[in-house]
Amino acid sequence: MFLSNIETIPGKTITASHGVVSGSTVRAKHVGRDIMAGLKNIVGGELRGYTELLNESRDQAIERMKAQAQQMGANAIVNVRFSTSSVAVGAAEIYVYGTAVTVA
Amino acid sequence: MEALFPFLPLLVWIVPIVLGFVFGQINEKRHYRSIHAREKAWLHLPTTASRYPILPGHIVRSELVGGSVVVSVDYFKRAAAGLRSIVGGPVKSYESLLNRAKREAVLRLKESCPGAHEIVNLRLETSSLSNNARGSIGAVEIYAFATAIYLADATAV
Repeated sequence: MFLSNIETIPGKTITASHGVVSGSTVRAKHVGRDIMAGLKNIVGGELRGYTELLNESRDQAIERMKAQAQQMGANAIVNVRFSTSSVAVGAAEIYVYGTAVTVA
Repeated sequence: MEALFPFLPLLVWIVPIVLGFVFGQINEKRHYRSIHAREKAWLHLPTTASRYPILPGHIVRSELVGGSVVVSVDYFKRAAAGLRSIVGGPVKSYESLLNRAKREAVLRLKESCPGAHEIVNLRLETSSLSNNARGSIGAVEIYAFATAIYLADATAV
């Protein structure tokens, strides 16, 4: 499965388009991580626990999007975009979407 | 000790702000040093926000790459921003925080694809994790994503 965030897969030609595919995850944060983050918040800096959490969720959302594209018979996804929103205090949604295509 | 008692509520405010100022400044200086050194090391990798490859050559492979970082403000910065919001104007304490976070995210993106010859269509997404809710952690996530391109003959580089 080829992925890109531009209109094409560089070096290949698109032979068929299958429409929009998407994947999403909603993750809640961990109490332990939250306590650590609360302490870290006094001095500022990176919250590693959250970085990891969001990376895991993003990978999962991408996997879901890929599965959907595979089901459509596509072998690539172009124009991939990401969006993150916090749906409630303590939970974040990661949404990833793109256009499923066949490239040769 | 009893003489200190009336000042206790004030102390609860002052101590985190002082801690935030001291450790926040140390962290920021250290982070900027690391960013400057790594940015120098990555100068050889052309990066563009344009959608088209900038280097000539036969493209063998491309992939979606990304890098992210979640940063939080320290208590001192938060207090400084609170004071600033009374009179308005640029909030310097947040500017440097977001600047560091964005550069860090882009560096992580580059570190995730060491063999790439160029990075095209670099995009940055910023999202607040707390929605500015009272009592929650003021943190922002910066996610950088782009398409990494691998060329067959990198002689042009």
